[in-house]
Amino acid sequence: MSDVKVLTARWGKKDSHTLASYKADGGYGALEKALSMPQPGIVEEVKISNLRGRGGAGFATGLKWTFLPKDIRPRYLCVNADESEPGTFKDRYIIENDPHMLLEGIAITCYALDIHLAYIYIRGEFPKQAAALEQALAEAREAGIIGKKLMGKDFDLEVHVHRGAGAYICGEESALMESLEGKKGYPRLKPPFPAVVGLWGKPTIINNVETLANVPWIVKHGGAAFAALGTGKSGGTRLFGVSGNVKRPGIYEKPVHYNLKKLIMEDCGGTASGRPVKAVIPGGSSSPVLRGDEIDVSLEFDAIKAAGTMSGSGGVIVMDDSVCMVRVLSRVTKFYAEESCGQCTPCREGTPWMESLCEKIEHGHGVPGDADKLLDMANHIGGFTICALGDAASMPVQSFVKKFKDDFERHIAEHRCPFGEGAWGVSQDSREAVIGGMRA
Amino acid sequence: MPPHDPTKPGDWKDLPKDQVARFDAALAPVLQRYPPDKKEAAMIPALRIGQEIFGHAGTAVQQLCAERLGTSPARAEEVATFYVMFHTHPTGKHLLEICTNVSCCLAGADRMFEQLKRRLGVENGGTTKDGRITLREVECLGSCGTAPAVLVDEKVMEERVSPQKLETILGGLQ
Repeated sequence: MSDVKVLTARWGKKDSHTLASYKADGGYGALEKALSMPQPGIVEEVKISNLRGRGGAGFATGLKWTFLPKDIRPRYLCVNADESEPGTFKDRYIIENDPHMLLEGIAITCYALDIHLAYIYIRGEFPKQAAALEQALAEAREAGIIGKKLMGKDFDLEVHVHRGAGAYICGEESALMESLEGKKGYPRLKPPFPAVVGLWGKPTIINNVETLANVPWIVKHGGAAFAALGTGKSGGTRLFGVSGNVKRPGIYEKPVHYNLKKLIMEDCGGTASGRPVKAVIPGGSSSPVLRGDEIDVSLEFDAIKAAGTMSGSGGVIVMDDSVCMVRVLSRVTKFYAEESCGQCTPCREGTPWMESLCEKIEHGHGVPGDADKLLDMANHIGGFTICALGDAASMPVQSFVKKFKDDFERHIAEHRCPFGEGAWGVSQDSREAVIGGMRA
Repeated sequence: MPPHDPTKPGDWKDLPKDQVARFDAALAPVLQRYPPDKKEAAMIPALRIGQEIFGHAGTAVQQLCAERLGTSPARAEEVATFYVMFHTHPTGKHLLEICTNVSCCLAGADRMFEQLKRRLGVENGGTTKDGRITLREVECLGSCGTAPAVLVDEKVMEERVSPQKLETILGGLQ
């Protein structure tokens, strides 16, 4: 398996975030190359690359780009930097370490798709990262890269940073656009999809930070080379963020089809406590949980479906056998209850209901049948809402109850949490993290 | 800011003139980022500026934002009450927010949150008697690999927070 670093190659270098450093390493060379290519040729390279969305859904990026109607202008690009899925912490490091790589990806994408206005929607809780983007943008404008003439070419491009104000739902693409329009983040009914009716009713492409950061490499080395880093219908590498009970949590850039067990046991050194792995959330808190004996799987988008879960946002959370699964699920359901936007009744009413039932079981007040009742609730939320938050809230409940039924039954039978005060497990010391190969 | 009078829902004209002038000066460059006929897109930045200048985003500030962006006060209110980073009522001088989501709790955040509540004598969302610190439990801050995380004054992210480090952070909040 290849060891090529597409995204993290420059991390840790002195002043890697500056334009001077980026250019010294050949930065903006891909944009220069792209400007000499026919625009459809760039889209074609991205299609060939098998680049798939890194925000969670894994949709083919090049294919998404072709959904833009041919003759409607203006078109917009929204860059999704709302990174809020529990367990996910990768885009912020791209922005901190190599913001110009993202800006170059944005510039190439806008040129390829004839887009002249782009917004980077970044979550409000990332003030340092928003400032880093503003600074990089200022440098790029000053150097004549972004602005009235895109690197001297007769192509006008404006890119702006738009900060959110604390709402997980705004990472959902249609809620992101509502928020950007100055409203509360209520997801829209789809279809129409954003590529047809998006920001201010105009065709809009929404891509995740990591997705766009891959674009310069694809243009520079060709789509086929990127595809070759991965497998089947998934090209390239991904940033996997590993947290929880591991010796070395952090960001690991690996081929898209890297093995989950290898990532946890070899790269991250196994559990910090030395105890067996009990459970792994493989792709952000909404992805169905895996038992410790199920983690020998490829993280590739399609392959991991066979294991009944998804690699989602690449956020891997590891728990050893000292952790109470009811405690964890209770916290996960609380998150979705907090973040439900309130638009659809099943989600607005169902998520707090699931949370309170989890809490009841956790505190030893559950009665026989409660675990099945939780499943029943989840089954009546997922698939019955406008956006995927309903599914996101249901999948953890369904998987935790099915895979760790014993934990639930023990709480009910013993009228207490069998893990007691230590429900969050034994390894609670903060540990040194590894970010893109370096110690953070 | 004058106390809110329910019979006069947030009259922005009662806000101090010099602060309104500062608000307008800060808003002007932000408006350049959006198409001229889409000014209301600046609602989040406008409320953020208002909150920074006037201390919180109450009804008067909401109405000022609506007036400047050419939209209804109801729109401003819906935004101010939807996003957790807007405070429609005054908070303490400092805002201390601790993430208690899964990765942070696996690294001890639940214990630290309890420690903070005892130490400050407040419950979740409460403000210390001297008005110095408001403590709040928040959702994932995107610092899972460097958990636990604490956000100070919505500006500084403290990572790999230990009970000892927490004491240092508290000491800095004067």
